[in-house]
Amino acid sequence: MSQLTPAQARLGDHGTTTDGREPEGSLPPDLEAPHEPGWLTRARRKHLGLKTAPLGILGLAGLVFWYYQSLNLAESKVQIASPLAWGTKLWPQTVEHLTIAFWSTVLVVVVAIPLGIALTRPPLRRFGPTIVAVANSGQALPAYGLLILFLSMLGQGLRTVVVALVLYALLPVLRNTMVGLDAVERSVIEAGRGMGMTRWQVLTRIELPLAVPVILAGVRVAMILNIGMATLAYLIGGGGLGVTIAVGLKLQQDAVLVIGASIVAIVALTFDWLGALAETYLRPKGV
Amino acid sequence: MSQDAKIRLDHVQKKYLGSKAPAVDSLTLEVPEGEILVLVGPSGCGKSTTLRLINRMIEPTGGRIFLDEEDVTTVDPDHLRRRIGYVIQQIGLFPHQTIAQNIATVPKMLKWDKARIAERVDELLSVVGLDPEVYRGRYPSELSGGQAQRVGVARALGADPEIMLMDEPFGAIDPITRDRLQNEFLRVQETLRKTIVFVTHDIDEAIKMGDRIAILGEQSHIRQIDTPERILAFPVDDFVRDFIGSGSTLKGLHFEIVDDNVELDPYPTMTVDSTAAEGLALARAAHADWVLLLDASHRPLRWVPVDELEAGGPVTAESGTEVLAKVSLGATLFQALEQMLVSSAAVACVVREDGSYHGVVRLTYLNRVIRQARREAREHYERLEAMA
Repeated sequence: MSQLTPAQARLGDHGTTTDGREPEGSLPPDLEAPHEPGWLTRARRKHLGLKTAPLGILGLAGLVFWYYQSLNLAESKVQIASPLAWGTKLWPQTVEHLTIAFWSTVLVVVVAIPLGIALTRPPLRRFGPTIVAVANSGQALPAYGLLILFLSMLGQGLRTVVVALVLYALLPVLRNTMVGLDAVERSVIEAGRGMGMTRWQVLTRIELPLAVPVILAGVRVAMILNIGMATLAYLIGGGGLGVTIAVGLKLQQDAVLVIGASIVAIVALTFDWLGALAETYLRPKGV
Repeated sequence: MSQDAKIRLDHVQKKYLGSKAPAVDSLTLEVPEGEILVLVGPSGCGKSTTLRLINRMIEPTGGRIFLDEEDVTTVDPDHLRRRIGYVIQQIGLFPHQTIAQNIATVPKMLKWDKARIAERVDELLSVVGLDPEVYRGRYPSELSGGQAQRVGVARALGADPEIMLMDEPFGAIDPITRDRLQNEFLRVQETLRKTIVFVTHDIDEAIKMGDRIAILGEQSHIRQIDTPERILAFPVDDFVRDFIGSGSTLKGLHFEIVDDNVELDPYPTMTVDSTAAEGLALARAAHADWVLLLDASHRPLRWVPVDELEAGGPVTAESGTEVLAKVSLGATLFQALEQMLVSSAAVACVVREDGSYHGVVRLTYLNRVIRQARREAREHYERLEAMA
């Protein structure tokens, strides 16, 4: 350490460099201030969307609430009043719906991210295309068929729904994990390894943090897919808001149909917004 | 084999699976402590591979690698690399970490305490000429190419490694900034005295940076390894001669210094006090076409042509032409030659520190120096051959 001090002194009294310019003044002007303050930069536009989206969602929720109140359930016919009862039908179904979407998304993350990491490591790299093809076919199958397929194997219930949805939503997270990791510049990894970082350190300190934005985008897609697909859970006795929608269709009650579908939309929009929020604030600084 | 080699490669070989010819074939090389050894050669000659064999980014398939006479061919490569600074052309700064975090990479792995790391980061930023106050909290995307490579060098120096490996570190930087970075790096190296292996494909960079240069041919065969002076003065074969390219004699002049040990040519001089006739006599005696006019404190003033002296009249500070070509003692002969080309008398005036006249450099003198350098280099190789 101490041997550096003279060099510092040397550079210190060597205020200007060979061509007489200040070392600091050497950088090209366009790089001096890389973040030109434009009025609506892309980042700011995105933040604007992030800030206004909750207003839209709240507006939609208010509209639905007003419509729900205007139905005056206490005095309406049973075909409307029964399926739209908040305490016994709508609220439990919303909870069920979220439970399905939550567990299927968690399982997708737990399965797809480690799988994606493994498939980008040298020993397993060659299996990547095969696995992606399998995940691809999971998404190519009609969701309806997938549910029925798992119904015949695993029986009725919420668990079956979750398993089917995991297979269905695996692809975006798996593919984004692989793409995100592959997109990390070779030179950055080479520099890390060259400084004596272990493979594990390079993965956890460099590759994964840099891949976070891409992986999160995949998770967001999977989450929205799951919320949407959870409306089909009623088909195999999985519950969820699909029940209300189906009832509305079967009894030809537009009010029931509209309210059921609206709640799904509100849930989906809310979680999409939370996803966007996570993408913005979990993005590593400097990238 | 000398025992004080900092880095020693002993018949190191790298053969890739499925290829017949090895990429690096039985390379034996020594780098003494504090030396910059430049590996230079045409692209594809295996110079980068050779560099990466030293820190085992590429595992050798044969031979042994010694650092400080310790066999490191089979030690844990991650621990080995923490002892060796590594700079690459693409720099590879971690974009999601601040400059300070980047530089702290190796110290952190070596579990230095926080205060020591912070102190070290500031120290290194100053060494590479970046103000710590301004730069330590910035991200790599906010730096220009030259600044980024300064940080790259600072990061490689992080834990004060004794050995540095540099793979075309200034290759992707514009020529002006590159020249400045090279100069600054050489100045820092004067103090740090690291043992450095430096890869480049640019012979001029090699000549500038290298204490010694190894010119590599196919499969990293060493075609010539020596000081830049000797390689320029005496390329051993056509391969080396072609690689150095034209102008090697001129480049060699960079290494010859105008100093006191060299006998400079005398030149007829006169002062403002002397008469034209006296000057003319001096010029005639020396068979010179010009006389150098000195001022009272012996500083070169004007070149006065013989015709003007023949015409008589007083010799004043306005006679003849101005002395443009002046080099100080300690300048290189290259600079002297440059000055000769603009001088009206085709000679460069050598002045002492106080500006007083010391002598002149003429073409015949350059010629003598070059021939002497060549003779010495040839004799050196003849001695080596005789010993072998």
